[in-house]
Amino acid sequence: MFSYILRRVLYTIPIALGVTVICFLLVQLGPGDPINALLPEDATQEMIDQVKAEYGLDKPLPVQYATWLGHALTGDLGTSIATGRSVSTEIFSALGNTLMLAFGGMLVSFVVGLTLGSIAGSRQGTLSDRVVTGFAVTGVSVPHYWIAIVLVAIFAVGLHWLPAMGMGPRGSTGFALDWAHIQHFVLPIFALSLIPTGIIARSVRGSVSETYGQDFVQTLRAKGMPERQVFVHVARNACSAAIAVMGLQMAELLGGSILIETVFVWPGTGQLLNNAIFMRDLPILQGTILIMALIFVATNLVADILQTLLDPRIRR
Amino acid sequence: MPRPLRTAAAILALSCASNLAVAQDLSTFRVGMTAADIPLTTGNPDQGFEGFRFMGLMLYDSLVEWDLSSADKPSTLIPGLATEWSVDPDDKTKWTFKLRQGVKFHDGSEFTADAVVWNFDKVKDPDSPQYDPRQAGLAAARIPSIVAVNKIDDYTVQIVTDVPDAFVPFQVSYWMMSSPAQFEKVGDWEAFAQAPSGTGPWKFVSMQPRKQVTMARNPDYWDPDRVPASDQVQLIPTPEASSRTSALLSGQVDWIEAPSPDAIPQLEGAGMQIVTNSYPHNWAIAPSRAAGSPWNEIDVRKAANLCIDRQGIDQLLGGMSIPAEGHVTPDSPWFGQPTFKLGYEPDDARSLMEQHGYTQDAPLHVKIAVSTSGSGQMQPLPMFQYIQSTLNQCHFDVEAEVMEWNALLALARQSAEAPDSADKGINGIIVSRTLMDPYSAFTRLFDSHRVPPNGSNWGMVNDPEYDKLLKAAREEFDPAKQDKILSELHEKVVDNAEWIWVTHDVNPRALAPNLKGFVQAKNWFQDLTPVHLEE
Repeated sequence: MFSYILRRVLYTIPIALGVTVICFLLVQLGPGDPINALLPEDATQEMIDQVKAEYGLDKPLPVQYATWLGHALTGDLGTSIATGRSVSTEIFSALGNTLMLAFGGMLVSFVVGLTLGSIAGSRQGTLSDRVVTGFAVTGVSVPHYWIAIVLVAIFAVGLHWLPAMGMGPRGSTGFALDWAHIQHFVLPIFALSLIPTGIIARSVRGSVSETYGQDFVQTLRAKGMPERQVFVHVARNACSAAIAVMGLQMAELLGGSILIETVFVWPGTGQLLNNAIFMRDLPILQGTILIMALIFVATNLVADILQTLLDPRIRR
Repeated sequence: MPRPLRTAAAILALSCASNLAVAQDLSTFRVGMTAADIPLTTGNPDQGFEGFRFMGLMLYDSLVEWDLSSADKPSTLIPGLATEWSVDPDDKTKWTFKLRQGVKFHDGSEFTADAVVWNFDKVKDPDSPQYDPRQAGLAAARIPSIVAVNKIDDYTVQIVTDVPDAFVPFQVSYWMMSSPAQFEKVGDWEAFAQAPSGTGPWKFVSMQPRKQVTMARNPDYWDPDRVPASDQVQLIPTPEASSRTSALLSGQVDWIEAPSPDAIPQLEGAGMQIVTNSYPHNWAIAPSRAAGSPWNEIDVRKAANLCIDRQGIDQLLGGMSIPAEGHVTPDSPWFGQPTFKLGYEPDDARSLMEQHGYTQDAPLHVKIAVSTSGSGQMQPLPMFQYIQSTLNQCHFDVEAEVMEWNALLALARQSAEAPDSADKGINGIIVSRTLMDPYSAFTRLFDSHRVPPNGSNWGMVNDPEYDKLLKAAREEFDPAKQDKILSELHEKVVDNAEWIWVTHDVNPRALAPNLKGFVQAKNWFQDLTPVHLEE
């Protein structure tokens, strides 16, 4: 197990490097220039050259990348070209905000997805199965940003029950466990959890129904085991596939949703990346994508380890 | 329903209902900006003119300011931190500015001539400890002809230009004064950004990047008529238009910038105030005048101008525009009396095109670069499609080169004959323009010496008459005479159909019913000091 984990951790290094190289090249290849964030459009060439030199944008691309990489290896992700703020501060502040949504979304999608998928899988062909499947397909198919806008229109604008945007009430500088803060999470978490709920429900349904079709289930029933205990056995056998899907969904949620964060004006990594793309803010793009890639790899590693622990067949 | 679920549902319903009964805090009004982040807080702001509106002019002042008190007359320059200014009649490269006495920065230090010199070095002298590359990039391009600032006495400075330049007061209006004492205290610009200090009517309270910035009234502001009526204001980056609209309708903010036109009826129906006004903005096609460009023929340019249904575009925008009659708005002191009338006359347009061999079967192919969004761009794609449909009926074959705003600005930083435009066959560009001062409105766009990167004359307009009038305007230090020269220039530019003009924005904003005191000036900037909430 230890060597397996070590191997997976070591794989992270070329993955992270590859991700940053691709990100760097994509931004350089695209039209536009970070200078537009710093200078008015009729700035003189002299001013443009001066600013480029100050930000190191006049150096050859390999030198720019190597300089960034050298600093990143010491934990210094640089300074945002657009805002002048430390990239690390920006990322971790945004990441914290996204994690709050992501964990809420995970909780909702795991609980609801597992429950619905289990119900549907254990009652194949029944009305329950069809309702759950319909809900899951809808969750996966309907654009979640559209749902988000509709939810805002109903619950914020129409009913004034919940806020339309933001992370907290006016003047709030952080999170507190009170309704004034919690209410800001309700709509974004609901909207964010729709797709993963649908995916998890469908995967769990498939996994559970397949497991129910196996011989050992017939044996257990033949032995007179109550259906509830049969279900426990089925769940144990079906959970491996579910964990793999949940791991992927977790990584997706941790990456942040640009669209949900835009609709709800949520200052998370999705919004940070979105702005950085428009501003061609390379240090922010590089740093954020690097951190996201590491999180993605770590999350999937945890999911794989859990799978291995729960399912001895994988260990063999 | 199981009992735990019933209990949870009841708690949720009660909590939601409690929001209906929350009393509004009237001491603070909240603004939903279109900017995606808080503008730079150190002095000269970023985020374009919205940064000036919601940061630069709130925390800071300049020596010369814009009169934002009236919705009825054009906004002109008035004394700010300088009470008077004049040019040396014997050497018109030297200006004397008398500074306002008794003005204090928010940190309590005094505003003097030393502060002005210090702020000049902040943006122009890379060797000075206070030099800020970010502010230099933002400010230096707006004070291009100022080469030195000298202290004469504690309340008098001399501003020196490279050539005689009557536009200096306009330039100075974009140059904000940060506190030297505060900079000395905190040590660098990163720390200053967290604790900014200016002389403005609002004082910085707190900021969370990308979330909000809070400012409080400055009770000691040097202009007692502009001490803010409200205790505090909160500015919230809300780049998505539908989110801004929802935030206002749900009561989370009291003011939103730029609601989308299709949301206006809903906002009005909910009792929101929709305020608009003419301001110095235009949205037009700047055609290429490079060698070989089809736009070099004046009849082609006139035909295009006669084949744009500006009233139709106004309807498309829900009435949120002023159909163009020239380069500047009709109420501008520079409008003059051009003889070429912009209108929708497709028959005349087709006739002009046919004189040059273009027909419906053999149209003139043109390619226009347009962005999907951007500062002042209004609704660029629907507007472009509308223009395209009418122009295509007048023997044009209009193709769009659609790109993102940053990419369009990168294109606009080069000339029409640069490879990025020429290789793709782009011979027109749509970039919304500010027309607030003579340089922005005319010089950078029509002076033959201002082809990028020396200005914004992307189309490479080259007319000796324009250059002569621009030079004359720049050297005319009597404002009334200067306006006359500029109106003569405007008449020529319009009569030559130099551009294909479409419309002017009216800068719509939506305010809560109980938000009072706001006067929308004919300016990109606005004054938030009289704004307050009432019961």
